[in-house]
Amino acid sequence: MKHSVRNLIAAGLIAGATPACAASEADFKTAYAAAEAAEKEAGALRNQWTTTEAALTAAKKAAEAGQFDQAVASSKEAEALAKASIFQATSEKQRWKDLEIR
Amino acid sequence: MIMRLAISFVSAALVLAALAAQPAIAADTPNPVADAKAFQKFFTNKFPQLKPEDFANGPYSMNEDLHRQWEEKEQFPPYEFALETGKQMFATPFKNGKTYGDCFPNQGIGIRQDYPYFDEREGKVITLELALNRCREANGELPFSYVKDEMASLTAYMAFTSRGKPFDIKIPDDPRALEAYQKGKEYFYTRRGQLNFSCATCHVQEPGERIRAEILAPALGILNAMPIYRSEWSGMGTISRRFTTCNSQIRGVPLSPQDEEYRDLEYYLSYVSNGLPISGPGARP
Repeated sequence: MKHSVRNLIAAGLIAGATPACAASEADFKTAYAAAEAAEKEAGALRNQWTTTEAALTAAKKAAEAGQFDQAVASSKEAEALAKASIFQATSEKQRWKDLEIR
Repeated sequence: MIMRLAISFVSAALVLAALAAQPAIAADTPNPVADAKAFQKFFTNKFPQLKPEDFANGPYSMNEDLHRQWEEKEQFPPYEFALETGKQMFATPFKNGKTYGDCFPNQGIGIRQDYPYFDEREGKVITLELALNRCREANGELPFSYVKDEMASLTAYMAFTSRGKPFDIKIPDDPRALEAYQKGKEYFYTRRGQLNFSCATCHVQEPGERIRAEILAPALGILNAMPIYRSEWSGMGTISRRFTTCNSQIRGVPLSPQDEEYRDLEYYLSYVSNGLPISGPGARP
């Protein structure tokens, strides 16, 4: 009984220390393509953010260094930022009027 | 009697019908004259101690200490080198023998207050910076960068020859001109960048307040002093440089200098400052 508890704890520690599933190059490519597509859409709306561009650059750099976990994380960050800039550009089409001096 | 009443009733109905048939002026219809009036009133109400022409001094009119600094700076203005260079450049003929003066009305002297203007032939806003580069290209020269010293020097000299002349931006009776004005206004109030700021966030909502170490300038008269020597930049800056830098400061990717959005923005901002004197070149902290 004592052994099985110890084994369970050990197994748990090992599982916790190891990533559930390390990202692959293919994962990066998928995540990066999604981010790039969103950023392209923001570009069409003339509203890209510098932080999105920085996250895309960081993703590419991490992938070149073979750090695909980081590359996927940065790609996802870039995609989230790009989507926020799209939301901003879309909602501001009406909201700018709230600030207008009349 | 009944007949008379019936005629009156029909006449009243016809008048009402005629009134209803007139196109209603929608609240969203651009009205630059009313805009400019409201814009100037907003700032003069916010800063009742300032005279209208003081707004052309930007942050230096917002704060007594800064105003003293400005007075001292004007003894040996930091833009003087650019002014001298610009004067020389302006007078130097191109390789074909022509000069900048040949491209402009009145040989380019004392005309800054008329820029930007809406060119009805092209259907677009023409800024002074754009006109200068077009002049160069038309005379076989390469265009200058819109954000670097050469353009700043040239516009500094041209602004200097217009000092004291009130901005006189016109919106011709052309729906495209009104559209350009409206687009410029929309750009001015639209939030952008990760910081979610519009031009108005700083220059309408917070003029006179600090953003880090800087005191924010009011939007009224903000272009009258352009180009400017900025201590922060340790150099001169054109309107293009100011617009693109503002965009990157709020974490937005700037557009290319002289893109349509920036030209329209300049058109709007200059128009609402009509009547305020050109004070460029200027100096800013």
